[in-house]
Amino acid sequence: MDFAAINPLIFFSTMVAASIPVLLAALGELVVEKSGVLNLGVEGMMIIGAVCGFIAIYNSGSPFFGVLASIVAGGLLALVFGILTQVLHSNQVATGLALTLFGLGLSALIGQPFAGIKPPTFPKPDFGFLGDMPVLGQLFFKYDYLVYAAFLLVIVVSYVLNRTRAGLILRSIGENHDAAHALGYNVVRVRLAAIVFGGGCAGLGGGYLAMIRVPQWTEGMTAGVGWIALALVVFASWRPYRVILGAFLFGGVTLLQLNLQAVGIKINPAYLSMAPYIITIVALVVISGSSNRLSNLAPGSLGRLFHKTM
Amino acid sequence: MSLEEGEICALLGENGSGKSTLVKMMYGLVKPDEGQMIFQSRSYSPSNPNEARSAGIAMVFQHFSLFDALTVAENIALGMVDPPPFNKLSREIEEKGKTYGLSLNPDSMVGTLSAGERQRVEIIRCLLQNPKILIMDEPTSVLTPQEADILFEALRNLAAEGTTILYISHKLEEIKALCSRATILRAGKVVATCNPEEKSARQLAEMMVGTSIVTPKRAETQGNRDGRPLFRVEDIEKEASSNFGTSLREVSFEVWKGEVLGIGGIAGNGQDELMEVLSGEVLPKGGTIMLNGHDLARLNPNERRKRGLLFAPEQRVGHSAAGEMSLTENAYLTAADRKELSRAGIINWSRTAEFSRRIINQFDVRTPGTDNFAQSLSGGNLQKFVIGREILQNPELLIVNQPTWGVDAAAAASIRQKLIDLADSGAAVVVISQDIDELLEISDYISVLSGGYLSKARPVQELNREDIGLMMGASRESLQEAVA
Repeated sequence: MDFAAINPLIFFSTMVAASIPVLLAALGELVVEKSGVLNLGVEGMMIIGAVCGFIAIYNSGSPFFGVLASIVAGGLLALVFGILTQVLHSNQVATGLALTLFGLGLSALIGQPFAGIKPPTFPKPDFGFLGDMPVLGQLFFKYDYLVYAAFLLVIVVSYVLNRTRAGLILRSIGENHDAAHALGYNVVRVRLAAIVFGGGCAGLGGGYLAMIRVPQWTEGMTAGVGWIALALVVFASWRPYRVILGAFLFGGVTLLQLNLQAVGIKINPAYLSMAPYIITIVALVVISGSSNRLSNLAPGSLGRLFHKTM
Repeated sequence: MSLEEGEICALLGENGSGKSTLVKMMYGLVKPDEGQMIFQSRSYSPSNPNEARSAGIAMVFQHFSLFDALTVAENIALGMVDPPPFNKLSREIEEKGKTYGLSLNPDSMVGTLSAGERQRVEIIRCLLQNPKILIMDEPTSVLTPQEADILFEALRNLAAEGTTILYISHKLEEIKALCSRATILRAGKVVATCNPEEKSARQLAEMMVGTSIVTPKRAETQGNRDGRPLFRVEDIEKEASSNFGTSLREVSFEVWKGEVLGIGGIAGNGQDELMEVLSGEVLPKGGTIMLNGHDLARLNPNERRKRGLLFAPEQRVGHSAAGEMSLTENAYLTAADRKELSRAGIINWSRTAEFSRRIINQFDVRTPGTDNFAQSLSGGNLQKFVIGREILQNPELLIVNQPTWGVDAAAAASIRQKLIDLADSGAAVVVISQDIDELLEISDYISVLSGGYLSKARPVQELNREDIGLMMGASRESLQEAVA
């Protein structure tokens, strides 16, 4: 065993990159849940985003089109969910699960010819001398564009939710849709917008995985990250900044188990692969156990069907 | 119907008479099929509440349209067409509050406020728009008499300044005191317009119902408190069941055979917790619950039912009854053991249907049949069914939470009469209610739950509205003084 082989600087920067897919997906789902909708289809939207982003970047060679395709694909799939649950009043849990299964199947079908190919490299911004600084350069200025975009998005989402009227209306609809309706807000339209935004984020998260993180297309490559994103929303108690914390925890443990395998810890690697998921579950249990307020932090109308009665 | 500038006009009618539909049309939530509204000599047809608000019509809802997890200022901003920035809004909230005696802290979470304070939030939200017409749907149903007085004072000030107020209420005494005109609706039609000051409350009620109403009567022989009490609760403690609930502290009371004990208090002072503990849904932290000398404190609801302790919780759909199940199935749910409706785990449906038909007949439940979903019944009819289901099981003790909440006058009177009849037949009844008139009408003894503490029971003859109102708003210290 040689722990010295794990370089903390590289470990940190890889962890940041590893956490981006789950961060994006969880952030999108957070907005959806804040509007009172539970979309369990995150995994499906991610993998559709992954395959479409990969095909787009491979065929066009342009990272921009890759990103765009990821977002649009995730958003479109989410729109299907939105129309089913908000307009046709189907059950959110069942529809979300169906969305995941559908996404996994469809992505396998359209991704078939692209398996195992390498995509063009994704560009990184050049910070000039900043990137050359010892330690700091390695820690903060060596990432691709999407990493910065993801963190910027966290700031924007937090600001919009807590500081703007649009955010206030979204939260009020998630809190009590009947009261919001009585005040004259269009519950269905706001929720549809939130659902599509959430789908776009999940799609981009998947796209990041296929275009940058891995980078190649493999069937079922999201490997449960969408489910972890759902758990992270609860872990973060519906606060955008805490999503970063949760994403780092998950990304860190994922990376650590890879590193531990590399330095030759004598445990069955299957146990190590389980570790990120087990730790996420343990973290969830600890925070829900330590405060009985968790259920009170959740948006009041989360997952409830809204019927216009008046 | 018409409204004049600066008047306080009452809109009266039973549940389902069309009051709410009418005001929802004025507020743009419902579109009329026919006819028109004319507002300030112009045709007025709002397509949504925002248009109604811009035109100068504001509404305070019967069920608060507030968001628990948001602050007062946020709640108010949501109800405004074009709210100012938050620091300016907070100042305006405080100023308006001072002007009308409705003070509020703009930064507190709405979930932590009392019912009276929540209503202030709704009213201030309306007032900040400087409305020309203010619609109030049952504003005092959750207020103490003292809080209601503050509200009336504010409304009179507003009317004097030229705001028209349309006031909807079941409480006829209030309308007599406050309103200068009353329009009465029955089955969707205006049946009368009158000056409520010139009519008695009974006359008004009869105009609403269209028939005469009988006030519940007690039999001459009332339960006397000799011998051992039938039911004894001692030092019950329980933590609040939600963030916005109240913990029970050292709650004790006794009930004798043949009497009705009324437990008053504003909702949210521990009523839900008390009901949960008494029914056995939640076990108390400590204390004893004795019925006929047996301790029930550790038993679950079904075991308590077997021993003769029956209950009708406050929330009709979802708690007393399962909304999407038929009346017959609902009848089975609580009466399975006492009426022997099943054998060896097999339900005897013909017996169960027979039992639910008996409830419907004896308690005048208006429904097409026993196969209808519980949620298809109006509040009053479902409540009659629920109470009937429990009474026909011959309870030793029946505990009812808010028996006539949201129930129209005629159904309320019949439910109260049935509860009194039950007590007269020798059983005991505990009624948890925030309606003071109801408590005075049917109780033999009255206690008040305030901040999780229960005052000592006092005979109803010694009490009047004001006493109870004061006890309901009292702090723990003053309650204990009152006890001592």
